[in-house]
Amino acid sequence: MGGAAETFYGVIRRQGITRRSFHKFCSLTATSLGLGPLAARQIANALETKPRVPVIWMHGLECTCCSESFIRSAHPLVKDVVLSMISLDYDALIMAAAGHQAEAILEETRAKYKGEYVLAVEGNPPLNEGGMFCIDGGKPFVEKLRAMAEDSMAIIAWGTCASWGCVQAAKPNPTGATPIDKVITNKPIIKVPGCPPIAEVMTALVTFITTFGKLPELDRQGRPKMFYSQRIHDKCYRRPHFDAGQFVEVWDDESARKGYCLYKMGCKGPTTYNACSAVRWNGGVSFPIQSGHGCFGCSEDGFWDKGSFYDRLTTIKQFGIEANADQIGMAAAGAVGLAVAAHAAVTAVKRLTLNRAE
Amino acid sequence: MLDKSPQALTAAVAADAVRSGRSAERGVVYVYEAPVRLWHWINAAAILVLGLTGYFIGSGIPTMPGETSDDFLFGHIRFAHFFAGYVLTLGFLFRIYWAFMGNPHAKQIFYVPLWRKRYWREVWHEIRWYAFVAAEPKKYVAHNPLAQLAMFFMFTLAIAFMIVTGFALYAQGTGNDSWQYMLFGWVFSIWPNSQDLHTWHHLGLWMIVTFALIHIYTAVREDIVSRQSIVSSIISGEREFRD
Ligand code: HEM
Ligand code: HEM
Repeated sequence: MGGAAETFYGVIRRQGITRRSFHKFCSLTATSLGLGPLAARQIANALETKPRVPVIWMHGLECTCCSESFIRSAHPLVKDVVLSMISLDYDALIMAAAGHQAEAILEETRAKYKGEYVLAVEGNPPLNEGGMFCIDGGKPFVEKLRAMAEDSMAIIAWGTCASWGCVQAAKPNPTGATPIDKVITNKPIIKVPGCPPIAEVMTALVTFITTFGKLPELDRQGRPKMFYSQRIHDKCYRRPHFDAGQFVEVWDDESARKGYCLYKMGCKGPTTYNACSAVRWNGGVSFPIQSGHGCFGCSEDGFWDKGSFYDRLTTIKQFGIEANADQIGMAAAGAVGLAVAAHAAVTAVKRLTLNRAE
Repeated sequence: MLDKSPQALTAAVAADAVRSGRSAERGVVYVYEAPVRLWHWINAAAILVLGLTGYFIGSGIPTMPGETSDDFLFGHIRFAHFFAGYVLTLGFLFRIYWAFMGNPHAKQIFYVPLWRKRYWREVWHEIRWYAFVAAEPKKYVAHNPLAQLAMFFMFTLAIAFMIVTGFALYAQGTGNDSWQYMLFGWVFSIWPNSQDLHTWHHLGLWMIVTFALIHIYTAVREDIVSRQSIVSSIISGEREFRD
């Protein structure tokens, strides 16, 4: 691949794209990022003058759903991102080179673009047994990750695996799978959680970084604010049913057919930060709630370990049996209520007997 | 810490009587000042509203029939919860202020003298009294030591917890730039997944319900059994010792 020093504009002109189309693309991207009218010119300027950002894309313990999502991006098209906007110098999954040839690219990028390349990590490293649960190129993945992180400009943690741990880190986590920010602590890390993240969110993030040459503003959890500062619930098109108090009570009831709110079915929209209800999936076609199923919070920390996907609150296991907050609370309040009644009864009996004695 | 020996109690009654020009024979001390009493009942009302609406928020309501645009019931329930939440919070802040401005009893629910041996002996006596072992309760001007323990852990700390978690949940709606998030956003560093925060806030409901059960029962019971006024004390402010 290589050729990172070329500009985006140079590449697309070579591919026969007109200057007019180029400016159209810039305006569209500015709009989809929610930027003002001036930004389109800024984007154009950046893409014309800045050398393309080299990107190294690595895979740890993962299922490749992030890549699957990424390659389906519609705005911008993933081919534009991969072939023109960035210089994807290494991605074991979709690169032509293999074996030693591929590994050589890593060393080359490290040396040539020290402190300038973006390290995109899909999946996470398992740390138990010296990292031997994920061997990549003959070495534990965690070593490769540490080495490449050392000279990178920033790290993108793709998906819930890299951001939070996801299924391989679910209890009891036998391999010691660990999110990136717990392994690399000296580099800026952008978390893009979701299982997988939305395609347009992924490509828009890459566009932002290449365009402005800086990282987007992150929230407390290290996620880009522009996509993760609101909950599914806040932008849900079924929200009016929530406010009115119109809920689906059981699957396939009258309310379900009418498209009422799935709150009582355990929809986790109210606790899940993601852009699904705004951007939607597959080029804006739909998202889980629109298809009649509650959100199960795939972009949230530890979503595998919080009990049922059909329960809004976390299941509490400390009591030996699985229970929810209401069951435990009612049991406690009930026990105390009984104790109070018994105590009152004893008090009454004592007073009666005392009075008689007097 | 107040001295609670019988002599001190008599002295307290006498001193109080001098101040207010009442006869010391009635055995009356002014304990709960008007602001504390007013706060108590506003607080109780706010908690009643919070508990009920909170329960409905947690479990949802039966589906409303009719046009969606005609209904805003769940929205109103949530609004009532947030409104009562503000009342509770402002009241609590006022109560903290009053701990400094009010009489010495006003500080009682904000600390427990766990380090004092004597305190533990008195708690033990109260436990024996409630377990029907001790024949007579000791008399206290304000809360008895066991009540103080319950007040501190089950009320003061529990309410502070509910206020902090409540406003953090509120920040989810008002967004990352709101003052609620600036002040309480740190809660999400403890529970990165806000589902856990909802669960804890929800468990808090049952903590408060349990407290209210015990509280109201003991207040009424002591009023009847212990030869001192209790329920009327939080209405009139005066503690009367009836023998
Ligand atoms: C005695 C005090 C309180 C009690 C018993 C209480 C109870 C509850 C309960 C049971 C829930 C439902 C939780 C769930 O299942 O998700 C809830 C939700 C909530 N409470 Fe409270 N609460 C109290 C104080 C407060 C305060 C002071 C505030 C701050 C304004 C507050 C704000 C909220 C918010 C924002 C929600 C979430 C509403 C939603 O998800 O739509 N609460 N409360
Ligand atoms: C019918 C309902 C209630 C009655 C009859 C009642 C009665 C009383 C009484 C008699 C006292 C004074 C205790 C003493 O003299 O040692 C008191 C104090 C107190 N009550 Fe209640 N109460 C009620 C509801 C509540 C509720 C719902 C709460 C909150 C969950 C609450 C919180 C408190 C607190 C915090 C104090 C201590 C006041 C202070 O020292 O500043 N009460 N209550």
